[in-house]
Amino acid sequence: MNSVFVYCESDNGIVAEVSLELLTKGRKLANGLNCKLEAVVIGTKLNGCENDLFPYGADVVHVADDPRLDPYQTLPHASIFTGLMREKKPQIVLIGATSTGRDLGPRVSSALHSGLTADCTSLEIGDHEDKKEGKTYKDLLYQIRPAFGGNIIATIINPDHRPQMATVREGVMKKEITDPDYRGELKKIEVDRYLQPEDFAVQIIDRHIEKSRINLKGAPVIVAGGYGVGSKENFDLLFELAETLGGEVGASRAAVDAGFAVHERQIGQTGVTVRPKLYIACGISGQIQHRAGMEESAQIISVNTDPEAPINAIADYVIIGDVADVIPKMIRHYRKNTK
Amino acid sequence: MEGIKIIVLAKQVPDTRNVGKDAMKADGTVNRAALPAIFNPEDLNALEMALTIKERIAGTTITLLTMGPGRAAEIIREGFFRGADDGILLTDRAFAGSDTLATSYALAQAIRKMGRVDLIVAGRQAIDGDTAQVGPQVAEKLRIPQVTYAEELLDITGERIVLKRRLEHGVESVSAPLPLLITVNGTAPECRPRNARLLMKYKHAKTITEIQSAAEDYLHLYNDRPYLNIHEWSISQIETDPSQLGLEGSPTKVKKIDNVVLQAKESRIVAPTDDEIGDLMKELIANHTIG
Repeated sequence: MNSVFVYCESDNGIVAEVSLELLTKGRKLANGLNCKLEAVVIGTKLNGCENDLFPYGADVVHVADDPRLDPYQTLPHASIFTGLMREKKPQIVLIGATSTGRDLGPRVSSALHSGLTADCTSLEIGDHEDKKEGKTYKDLLYQIRPAFGGNIIATIINPDHRPQMATVREGVMKKEITDPDYRGELKKIEVDRYLQPEDFAVQIIDRHIEKSRINLKGAPVIVAGGYGVGSKENFDLLFELAETLGGEVGASRAAVDAGFAVHERQIGQTGVTVRPKLYIACGISGQIQHRAGMEESAQIISVNTDPEAPINAIADYVIIGDVADVIPKMIRHYRKNTK
Repeated sequence: MEGIKIIVLAKQVPDTRNVGKDAMKADGTVNRAALPAIFNPEDLNALEMALTIKERIAGTTITLLTMGPGRAAEIIREGFFRGADDGILLTDRAFAGSDTLATSYALAQAIRKMGRVDLIVAGRQAIDGDTAQVGPQVAEKLRIPQVTYAEELLDITGERIVLKRRLEHGVESVSAPLPLLITVNGTAPECRPRNARLLMKYKHAKTITEIQSAAEDYLHLYNDRPYLNIHEWSISQIETDPSQLGLEGSPTKVKKIDNVVLQAKESRIVAPTDDEIGDLMKELIANHTIG
């Protein structure tokens, strides 16, 4: 049985969180399919990186280690990854839906002439019957994602083309060590077999990457605002509440689009997925793409003027009221009861 | 410096940002007719970048290329009003049901037909799918490099272009040779508004299908003023392998569409009063959710 492959992003020898999350999911898929899980790491200073990946259940770790491969550039990574995929013929390829993965994935899928589904929120194995053609397909990858403004959930399959490719945002899958002592096989990739001089046609002149100071994934409490918050000024109230409760501020896509908050704070299908102890949704209607990124929160409070807002249906507590009125009260009563 | 030839890839999309209650039919499929069709927002950022280049390099031409139904000619006219020089509507029933791969194949084949092209500029992604796949796939099919998430044009010569890219956690400046495909971010400069003079000049621009259904009195206009003709290409104008088009050429298939079902929890309604909010905060502190 052909393998499940995960493209692992790395920065200065450190493999990205999203790649470890995908390895965890890939391990489960591989178990269901009774096949191997293989990881591909392309970058530099990767000596020993396999030891970080084996515990997540990687049976084989392919490493392409060359100073020219970090920072990421489209063409060299695409040439190596495409070349390797042509040889290994995996049935499934998973890629993080980061700025790197969303640049690489389509380039590779086009070269391999295979289907790619972006920003999946769930991946499952299942069968498919094509009644028109009278064909049955066993063990396909169901690539599940909200679509069309979040009004529907689509299950996408690739019946006839391999690999079946999908990208997944960071935080959607849970990272879990399968076995700390698990040992797979390390395979070095000879990069010169795949690279051409033209692959280095684009030159990076300058690069400023900041480690994000916003840690939504690790926050125990998230105060998130939507379009209904109404203004950037009202968002300041959310910051005050978050600070009071020791949490972080998140935002819906509509709030980000309206300029109330920066994109890094976006929660949902095309943002971050979070699972805090408490999620306070302020002025958020709760479209499916947003709910996809927060519905596993332990407790949810919805503050909304609209009693019919869809988010209220998944909230543990619903406060029908105006954010500008309710949030200061929450701050005051929290302070009163903790001093 | 000689002018360069730019193609802007644009898509007419349903405005999914303003989805009303009648946007979904009873069977769970999308009621496209109920949604206004707009110029995909990031494709407008792409057009603006092309217009900026045109201002810097004399003799540069911009051709807007879109694939879609006849109605998509609307965004070509919109492009004319803002400064595009030429427009091609790629339209054929054979394209129906195309996924991103089949779409990029059809676009790449249309671009090949256009001879020398120096720069292809597209929006990062379309709001009806948010996949961000078509740009890189077109670049791969044309075997040219790509620069995604472009936010600012820093420099351009006839041979190379320098761009600032907006990444998740920072920025990167790259220098890339032409020919090249760029995808432009929504954080890039907004597109300039319609120009009144161009609006007058191009308001009657039409595709051949539109001309044929127009009043006969105006037909001479399209011979006298050739710039008013929006090119309409079907599969008979471009070289294609039918097995790579439309539904058949799409590796991804929609297995099923589910309506969004809310699994309602037992919610407790809390009144926005001091008493009830006070009790709620006490309860959350007592059960160690906060504090």
